[in-house]
Amino acid sequence: MLNRNLVIIGGGPAGLAAAKAAYDAGEKDILILERENELGGILNQCIHNGFGLHTFKEELTGPEYAQRYIDEVQKRNIEYKLAATVVDVSKDKVVTYVSAHDGLTQIQAKAIVLACGCRERPRGAINIAGMRGAGVYSAGTAQKLVNIDGYMPGKEVVILGSGDIGLIMARRMTFEGAKVKAVVELMPYSSGLNRNIVQCLKDFDIPLMFSHTVVEIKGRERVTGVVIAEVDDKLVPKMETAQLIPCDTLLLSVGLLPENELSKNATVELSNVTGGAIVDDNMMTSVEGVFSCGNILHVHDLVDFVSAESEIAGKCAAEYIKEYHAAKEKVTIKTQNGVRYCVPHQLNKDTNYQPLNLKMRVSNVFKKVELTITADGVKVYGKKRPVVAPGEMENVALNSEQVKQLKNAKEVVISLCGGDKQ
Amino acid sequence: MKKVLIIGSGITGSAIARELARYQADITVLERGNDVSVGTTKANSGIVHSGFDATPNTLKAKYNVEGNKMFEQLSRELDFPFRRNGSLVLCFDEAEKDGITKLYEKGVANGVPQLEILDGKQVRELEPHVSDKVVCALHAKTGGLVSPYEMNIAYAENACVNGVKFLFERKVTKVAKKAKAFEVTCDNGEKYKADVVINCAGVYADDINNMVCDKKLHIVPRKGDYVLMDKTCGYICDHTLFQQPTKMGKGVLVTPTTHGNILVGPTALDIKDKDDVDTYSEQLNELFNKALKTVPELTKRTIITQFSGLRAHEDGGDFVVGESDVKGFYNVAGIESPGLTSAPAIAVDIAKQVAKALQLAANDSFVATRKGIPHFATLSNTERQKLIDANPLYGKIVCRCEMVTEGEIVDSIRRPLGATDMDGVKRRTRAGMGRCQAGFCTPRVMEIIARETGKDMTEITKCGGKSNMVIGRTK
Repeated sequence: MLNRNLVIIGGGPAGLAAAKAAYDAGEKDILILERENELGGILNQCIHNGFGLHTFKEELTGPEYAQRYIDEVQKRNIEYKLAATVVDVSKDKVVTYVSAHDGLTQIQAKAIVLACGCRERPRGAINIAGMRGAGVYSAGTAQKLVNIDGYMPGKEVVILGSGDIGLIMARRMTFEGAKVKAVVELMPYSSGLNRNIVQCLKDFDIPLMFSHTVVEIKGRERVTGVVIAEVDDKLVPKMETAQLIPCDTLLLSVGLLPENELSKNATVELSNVTGGAIVDDNMMTSVEGVFSCGNILHVHDLVDFVSAESEIAGKCAAEYIKEYHAAKEKVTIKTQNGVRYCVPHQLNKDTNYQPLNLKMRVSNVFKKVELTITADGVKVYGKKRPVVAPGEMENVALNSEQVKQLKNAKEVVISLCGGDKQ
Repeated sequence: MKKVLIIGSGITGSAIARELARYQADITVLERGNDVSVGTTKANSGIVHSGFDATPNTLKAKYNVEGNKMFEQLSRELDFPFRRNGSLVLCFDEAEKDGITKLYEKGVANGVPQLEILDGKQVRELEPHVSDKVVCALHAKTGGLVSPYEMNIAYAENACVNGVKFLFERKVTKVAKKAKAFEVTCDNGEKYKADVVINCAGVYADDINNMVCDKKLHIVPRKGDYVLMDKTCGYICDHTLFQQPTKMGKGVLVTPTTHGNILVGPTALDIKDKDDVDTYSEQLNELFNKALKTVPELTKRTIITQFSGLRAHEDGGDFVVGESDVKGFYNVAGIESPGLTSAPAIAVDIAKQVAKALQLAANDSFVATRKGIPHFATLSNTERQKLIDANPLYGKIVCRCEMVTEGEIVDSIRRPLGATDMDGVKRRTRAGMGRCQAGFCTPRVMEIIARETGKDMTEITKCGGKSNMVIGRTK
């Protein structure tokens, strides 16, 4: 058994940012374990631009954004292993990984940052009936085939779900000469960013059909078409509206799921809403010394926010290794009235009143609402918003005084008021 | 040497091929698909039935009970997943208790050992998550689980190394009895001569029979839809949980699989198209609601995939096994449930009949054992380290959900009757069978198949034919 101070699982944007921040906070004994053959994670296949507007104030492609952080990690000589898949994390912080080079290795860590990202929800999870042959891909798999491997999954495409990867792939497939016939979205609103709807669909005249879904996939060996139908307000398809769209490919962009199998092994308590860990404002999970950040914690829209969140995790992990006295008491942030969740879920009742960002998502599209945070019934924060949507994460920046008020409260509540929520 | 042709490489065709390989004969299997186990065998409940359900004095009853007893030895010899987990037929209504008693009596008449009737409390002690509405149940301790395609592949591989030829993508279009031998014609124009023909063509066995026999058969494809749940709900049950049977089949069951998932199914719907394995959404919803009666806490959130299979239901309702009205033409037809359980017994029986009729001598070089692909996920850390030391490809995890390594995938392609497509790799290694349903491993598995078979990526298919994974290069 090897001993390391900090083991970071995942060398994507979350793991890289956590490593950099941990190093800068004084922790030099760091090991990043990455299962792919390169650092960078999913950014490597995101060759479109639009990354880094917040972090670097410029528009980068995914690989460029990743490289900035890879450079930072390499500059600090932080050790990383590639093609090294972690197969277990115990609650005592023993990390087991496998690689062709090292065989099966166990490491006793003082602290662990879980930065494993997320996966796509597959066809099976959404119960689409029909054929079982080729031509049905999740959007991210298609993205890898096109952008990394250089192969086209098909030439006449229907996309189910308007998640960001689906929108990006609509444009990408069009660039490559495919005809994207429609993007079909079950909900009356998109789960993707508005800028992607404009830049990836509208600019290319690709129809976006809200309140529609795919009810059947036709074909035998290969997809020959999909039957789509409008859904009612209970999301049940109205079969009288069914229509066949001939196509050879169906891409699914129907949601991302934080990948928490290792967290479960480590007995980390998970949220039913996000599917990720429940963390405090140090990004520490219910297991002391185990931290979580990035898309394994909750699915982000922008990598910039992943980096910022992960830097907190890395810094706090470093501090934990040095001398960490876990706050005995925590106040749980309650979310209600249209707010689905908030990360962090808890605030430590300590005297660290550093400015803090709270990230949250709403449960539906609401107009002219005020997002409020109260401490024991007293309003600490309020921001009027013309419109909020589930597809755009709300980022609330709290100053020291506000953090102090919340940390000293018995009850903290985030809710939407006014407008649609009246 | 005498020539034997077997039509079909599902569980019966492959099992018969292996049992016949114990004798000196020139054995060829003709398969219309591009792999073994691509028909009825690949999509069913994977249950080793104890035999209480079959009508006494039928072939189903006989072969079921005989077959059931063979699984310990067979799974050891051929190295496929099998577990005797026991089954329960649940009764939810005092008024239907009679049905349980009748099943018990049928079981006794069929010679099924270790049957008992439990009251509701005893059932919940065995299975704490079953509905509290359960008033009693028939407990069959000899019920078991098997991975049907892995069993099929194991049989076929063992037959292959013992000299049986397997020819794929050959759909039989004509069977003719000539003066001295049979002549079997395939859709590619090839003709094969044989002294004996064994019809194991699954849902097509009636078509094959009717090409040569006067006594006609009629098989209806009876579709069964299934729902497969994530391993996280594997705690739901340990026994196979049946509801009381109906005339369409054994009813909806909730069962663990040999790999720790939970399987819910099947529906039963008679259809016309023998190639239609599409899933039907109304059927799936209905199925799920029925399963909730057994285990109320099942949730759709943990579904990872659905699939559908066809039962080969012959009008007579029983298996059709043995020499037909044409001498030398043997039928193994109408093999619906409990066909998987029965296949080992049917195979031994048919092999003996054929060997006797053709006066075949024993094959002294027959090897009865076969070693499967080591499954990294199920090994201890010490065993894993040993594998990686011997071959570093076992240190490269390709399918993260099921923890399948490149070593296993390469083995699945290189071994006898190795995989040639994505589904073939999946059935042999479980790559792509987990909760992400091949989202991550698809491109990597394609690359490995292309590398190992010397094919271009654009030639890699999901399941043969025109099921190409990609259509060409990007611009």
